[in-house]
Amino acid sequence: MSEPMTNTNRPILETRSLTKRFSIGTRFSAEGRRTVHAVDNVSLTVRRGETVGLVGESGCGKSTLARCLVRLYDITDGKLLFEGDDITSKSLSELRPLRRRLQMVFQDPSASLNPRRRVGDLVAEPLRIHGKVSAREITARVAELFELVGLLPDHMMRYPHEFSGGQRQRVGIARAIALNPDLVVLDEPVSALDVSVQAQIVNLLADLQEKLKLTYIFIAHDLSVVRQVSTRITVMYLGSIVEEGPAEEVFATPAHPYSQALISAVPIVETTPAGARKRIILTGDVPSPLKPPSGCRFHPRCPIAVDRCRSERPELMEYRPGRKVACHFPTLT
Amino acid sequence: MILSVRDLKVSFRTHDGPVRAIDGVSFDLKESEILGVVGESGSGKTVSLLAVMGLITDPNATIEGSIRYKGRELVGLPPRELRRLRGNEIAMIFQDPMTALTPVYTIGWQIAEQIRAHRGLSKSKAMERVEQLLAEVNFPNPHEAMSRYPHQLSGGMRQRAVIAMALSCDPALLVADEPTTALDVTVQAGILDLVRKLRAKHKSAVVFITHDMGVVSELADRVMVMYAGRVVERGTRTELFSDPRHPYTRALLGSIPPLTGQKPRRLPAIPGSPPSLLRLPQGCAFGPRCPARYEPCETGKPGLGASAHAAACFRVAQA
Ligand SMILES: Nc1ncnc2c1ncn2[C@@H]1O[C@H](COP(=O)(O)OP(=O)(O)OP(=O)(O)O)[C@@H](O)[C@H]1O
Ligand SMILES: Nc1ncnc2c1ncn2[C@@H]1O[C@H](COP(=O)(O)OP(=O)(O)O)[C@@H](O)[C@H]1O
Ligand code: SF4
Ligand code: SF4
Ligand SMILES: [Mg+2]
Ligand SMILES: [Mg+2]
Repeated sequence: MSEPMTNTNRPILETRSLTKRFSIGTRFSAEGRRTVHAVDNVSLTVRRGETVGLVGESGCGKSTLARCLVRLYDITDGKLLFEGDDITSKSLSELRPLRRRLQMVFQDPSASLNPRRRVGDLVAEPLRIHGKVSAREITARVAELFELVGLLPDHMMRYPHEFSGGQRQRVGIARAIALNPDLVVLDEPVSALDVSVQAQIVNLLADLQEKLKLTYIFIAHDLSVVRQVSTRITVMYLGSIVEEGPAEEVFATPAHPYSQALISAVPIVETTPAGARKRIILTGDVPSPLKPPSGCRFHPRCPIAVDRCRSERPELMEYRPGRKVACHFPTLT
Repeated sequence: MILSVRDLKVSFRTHDGPVRAIDGVSFDLKESEILGVVGESGSGKTVSLLAVMGLITDPNATIEGSIRYKGRELVGLPPRELRRLRGNEIAMIFQDPMTALTPVYTIGWQIAEQIRAHRGLSKSKAMERVEQLLAEVNFPNPHEAMSRYPHQLSGGMRQRAVIAMALSCDPALLVADEPTTALDVTVQAGILDLVRKLRAKHKSAVVFITHDMGVVSELADRVMVMYAGRVVERGTRTELFSDPRHPYTRALLGSIPPLTGQKPRRLPAIPGSPPSLLRLPQGCAFGPRCPARYEPCETGKPGLGASAHAAACFRVAQA
C-alpha cells in the first residue's frame, strides 16, 4: 500500500534559517575580505514522497543550498534536520550511516565519473564503500541497477566516454540510487542533455521515484521541466525563498512579482502571432550577493516597488497552508 | 534577397574518417526577415553558419555549394573581401560573448574602435555613438557602462554589449548563434525583445540559431529544423508549429513539457539519441528513432522537395 502524497506526510528533511556565506579575497587584496551571501535564512520542509522543485536565476544559490542539504558544504548558520534529527554539525563519521540515504546527482555526468574506470565499476563503487556485501552480491546488484536505469548489461565493460550524454546521466543516476537512498538531490540533471533525450531522463526519474519511493529535490533552469516533475515549487531570489507552493498553482497564479516575471519570460511554443504573449521584462541585472540591496532584495528590479520595499524586508509568510510569499504586495487569488 | 544558400556541403577529414557535417543545405533570407534554425547539438547549425560567414578555417574542411549575399557569390571569395563584408554589413553574435570581446579593454573603447575602423569617425564622435548604442540595447547607465571592462559585466550585459557592437555597422544581415543559451530566461526575454526591435528599426535580416523550440516560436518568421547535417523541415513559423510534418519535428514538439494545463503522466520521449556523423545509419538518418519508419526509409535518403512548407520524409511525400 502506498502512502498518499499529502502535506500530512512526515518531513524527511528540514532546514531552519539555513545560511551559507563564503569569504572571498584576503584582507590584503584590493577590496579586502568580502562575504558572499549565497544562501540566506532558508527554511524549507521536504516531505516524504514529494518532489520539491528549486527555481531561480543563475547565482541565486540553488546549488549552494543543494550542497548544504547533503552536507557537501558546511553550514554557516541555522539548522539542518534529517527525519527530525539535527545533522547540522555532525562529523563525517557520524554522517556515514546517513550518507547512504541522502544522495546527489550533478549536472555534468562526465565531470563526476572517473574517465578511466569502466561504468560497471563506477556503479559498484558506492556498494563497495558503504555496503557490507560480497563480490557476487555486488555484481548482481549492478546488473539490477543497469536494468532499472535502462542500460544494457553489456554496457558495464565500457568507459564513460563511450556513452552519449543521456546514457552517462543514467550511469550517474544508477550510482545515486545504488544504496537505496530515501532522498535524492538532483542539481540540473537534464540541463546538459539534448532536448530529445531530456524527456527520457525525466520519465526515468518519475519511474524510479514510484518504484523506489524516493523523495526528490530537483533543480533545473528549464521551468517547464521543473513543473513536470515537481509536486511543490520553491522560488529563490538572491539566496532567499520568495515564494513556495503546489507546483501547478505557483505556475498558474504566481503571487510574487519575481515569480510572475520569471514564469512570463519562459519562451513557449505558440501558434498565435510571435511576441503576442504578455510578458514582464525585468530591467537591470541580478544584484551581487556580495552587496545585497536593502529592504526587499528584489526592489531594484520590481515593477511595483514602493518606498516601503526599499527599507522593510518582507518576511516569507504563509497565506494558505503550503502557500508562502515574501512580498508586501503579493497577488493572491 | 539578402542571402541565398544552395546545396551547401561541408566535410571535415578527421582521425576517425571523413565527416560530412552539412549535407546539402539550401535556404533564402529576405530583408527584415528572421529565420530560426533549430536542432540538437551536433545537427550542424553552427557549421552551416560559419560556412556562410566564411569563417571555417580548418584546413581539413571542404566546402561545396553556393552562398550568394545580395547576389554576390561568397564561396571562393578571398578572405580579405570576406572580412570587409563581415565588418561592414554582416554582424555576428555567439553564445559566448567573450569570443567577441577583449578582456583588457573597456567595452566603450572596443565598440568605438570597431566604429572608427569601419566608419572613419573621430574619436569623440565614435564615443558619442557608443553611448547611443549602449542605450539602445538597454544599458541602464550607458555612459558609466562605457568605462567598464568585460569581466565587470554580467553575462547578459556582455551579450548586450556585443549586440551593440554588432549594430554599430547597421548590419544588413545579423547572424546569431545561440546568443541566449547561457542566459537566464528573464535576461533572454530582454534580448529577444531587442532582436525584434532591431529588425523593425534597422530592417536587418536575422538568422537566429537555437536548440529551443520556444525561442524559435517567439521570434522567427520562418523556421528550418536540422537533424544530422540536413534540413528535415522548413516552413513559416505558423506552418511549422500548427502543422508540423516531419516525425522528428513532431516528436521534438511532443517531448516538451507544457507550462500550463494538465501535466502528462509521462512525457512522450524520443528513443535513442542523435546519431554520430561517423556512423550515420543507412537511409533516413532519423530512421532508428522514428515511429513511422517503413521499408523505403531503410535504404533511401528522403529529400526536402521544393514546396515552401516541406519535410524530408518518405511518409510526408507520399501523403
Ligand atoms: N565556493 C564559493 N566561493 C565563493 N562564492 C561562491 C562559492 N560557491 C558559490 N558562490 C556564490 O554563491 C552564489 C550562489 O551560487 P550557486 O552556485 O549556488 O548558484 P545557482 O543558483 O546554483 O546558479 P546556477 O543556476 O548558475 O547554477 C553565487 O553568487 C556564487 O558566485
Ligand atoms: N573542425 C571540425 N572537424 C571535425 N568535425 C567538426 C568540426 N567542426 C564541427 N564538426 C562536426 O560537425 C557537426 C556539426 O557541428 P555544429 O555545427 O557545431 O553543431 P550544432 O551547432 O548544431 O551543435 C558535429 O558533428 C561536429 O562534431
Ligand atoms: S516587497 Fe515590494 S519590491 Fe519586494 S517584491 Fe513585493 S512589491 Fe516588489
Ligand atoms: S523517412 Fe522514414 S524514417 Fe525518416 S522520418 Fe520519414 S518515416 Fe521516419
Ligand atoms: Mg547551480
Ligand atoms: Mg552550435
